Amino acid sequence: MPPPVLPIRCAGLAKRYADVVAVAGLDLTVNVRECFGLLGPNGAGKTTTIEILEGLTAPDRGEVEILGMRWTGGANSRALRERLGIQLQDTQLADKLTVEETVRLFRSFYRASHSVEEVLGLVGLEEKRTAWVGKLSGGQKQRLAVACALVSRPELLFLDEPTTGLDPQSRRQLWDVIGRFRAAGGTVLLTTHYMEEAERLCDRVAIMDHGTVIALGTPRSLIASLGAEHVVEFALADGATRAPSPSDLAALPGVRAVRPGVDRTALTVAEVHRAVPALLGLLERRGAELSLLATHHATLEDVFVSLTGRQLRDA
Amino acid sequence: MRDHPLVQLTLARMREFYREPEAIFWVFGFPIVLAFALGIAFRNRGPGELRVAVLRGAGDSTLAAALARAPGLTAAVLDSGEARLQLRTGRVALLVVPGDPVVYRYDSTRTESRLARLEADAVVQHARGRVDPARVADQRVTEPGSRYIDFLIPGLLGMNLMGSGLWGVGFSVVQARTKKLLKRFMATPMRRSHYLLSFILSRLVFLFLEVAALVGFGWWMFHVGVRGSFGAVAFITVLGAFSFAGLGMLVASRARTIEAVSGLMNLVMLPMWILSGTFFSYARFPDAMQPLVKALPLTALNDALRAVMIDGSRLGDLGAPLGIVTAWGFVSFVVALQIFRWR
Repeated sequence: MPPPVLPIRCAGLAKRYADVVAVAGLDLTVNVRECFGLLGPNGAGKTTTIEILEGLTAPDRGEVEILGMRWTGGANSRALRERLGIQLQDTQLADKLTVEETVRLFRSFYRASHSVEEVLGLVGLEEKRTAWVGKLSGGQKQRLAVACALVSRPELLFLDEPTTGLDPQSRRQLWDVIGRFRAAGGTVLLTTHYMEEAERLCDRVAIMDHGTVIALGTPRSLIASLGAEHVVEFALADGATRAPSPSDLAALPGVRAVRPGVDRTALTVAEVHRAVPALLGLLERRGAELSLLATHHATLEDVFVSLTGRQLRDA
Repeated sequence: MRDHPLVQLTLARMREFYREPEAIFWVFGFPIVLAFALGIAFRNRGPGELRVAVLRGAGDSTLAAALARAPGLTAAVLDSGEARLQLRTGRVALLVVPGDPVVYRYDSTRTESRLARLEADAVVQHARGRVDPARVADQRVTEPGSRYIDFLIPGLLGMNLMGSGLWGVGFSVVQARTKKLLKRFMATPMRRSHYLLSFILSRLVFLFLEVAALVGFGWWMFHVGVRGSFGAVAFITVLGAFSFAGLGMLVASRARTIEAVSGLMNLVMLPMWILSGTFFSYARFPDAMQPLVKALPLTALNDALRAVMIDGSRLGDLGAPLGIVTAWGFVSFVVALQIFRWR
């Protein structure tokens, strides 16, 4: 039996624009029925990568195979596009068309497709069927964009920052849409700069920075690579004068890593119940007053920070 | 059939157009307003009715009635004080005093008054039995076909075909490009030719409405007729619409912003507004410019439309202008396809 065809396989991808290197040697494989996340700050090269995979941008170097086919143009590429669903980051659909008219338009481009009713049901926009696109909320527009991607009954769905700028409720609604597509057997590649989204949706993630993959694995394994499951953050009322040195902090029981930040210090901690009393004792001995103390489970965000020394948001 | 991509793309074009009230006005309303305003402003005004007074006295009413029957004259019987006042203030052009002799009082330096005297005298002489020895016939040049409005309507039609072709295609293409909609379409199996063809098809639908509105208005308001065949007019307008759609495609083929395409569009259209003989004959430009002016697509289109609508020419006689229109459209389209920016 031949090995199953991989939905996405690419090797040695590189792309530069004028004086900016967008993608610098990237290898990826995405398996059948997998949800794969490309994670990273703005400018990490996520969109360039996904658009190369979508056949919209030609790479300077490297190979791309989508569903076992290459982007060779003409009828071959059209046949491949029949099997893909694509949502782009910054598409503005026509304001003066209704939801139904928009879906019907995109539907007409494909041989096999869902009915308009089915696809509006998939994204929960049945009630907005006759509304003009211009009148929709941000979340509804985004679900319509996904509807236009799903209308072709794709085997492989590309989503480029599908939830950026949406409120939490709209974001969860879109997660449900993606969940239903996966339950029906689809493969997904998505980009995001929300770590929470990646943890929630993705089987595997590739963390990107400056055009390369700096970490790859399941969200759980990446977080586990920190060697600790919790993060303790604190800040002092009187700034740096009475702050303990990083080596003092690292010596506290249960602390695995120390990351001094601009306005706060973060400790990666294996055992919160031992580390926090020890930290408080140390600060009290130095006469330092706390202005902030917080603990949370380690996230992919902490993985990114520990790998790059930068926060995702301001990276 | 309904779900054919070409049908859906064309429907989308049309919906986006008719759901934009401003677009409707500029394509349908504006040329009609312009035709109305210019038609009124340049209508051929006659000298109007001349008012003549008859002084109260014996035989006044018979004379007044005879004068009033003459075309171009109105007559009233007035008392002497009132009659002198009205003559002095110019409200009547001539005062006729019945009797023997019939006396004409008027200001001989006023053209109107001298005209009134001639008209009134003819009435008086005929009433006394004068017979004209020579047979004459009038030929008026205010007949449909030779007025300014007859010249204007085909020109406005041509100008409108240019405007809606360039704006309709150019604007939508660039808008789709700036909104990344073109790129989104490129991510589907849609054929590029279907996309471009949908512009032409939707233009065709609105073209008929556009032409019917303007020609219908001209006929209804100013009795501007079509001397040649309607089929010929339809053929020429379709050709013109294709040609300007091609030019619109070319103008929009690279532009990334609405501002850029607006500037380009004005750059293309402005010379033709002035040079192509829409509002006045291009014969007024120097001889040296004539070959250039005649090579413009709008000039050729206007010439062809006027030839059919005013002179009743047949399509077969219009090879040269129609060839120019076709060549512009064809070349623009081919070049546009080569350099079109699809994202």
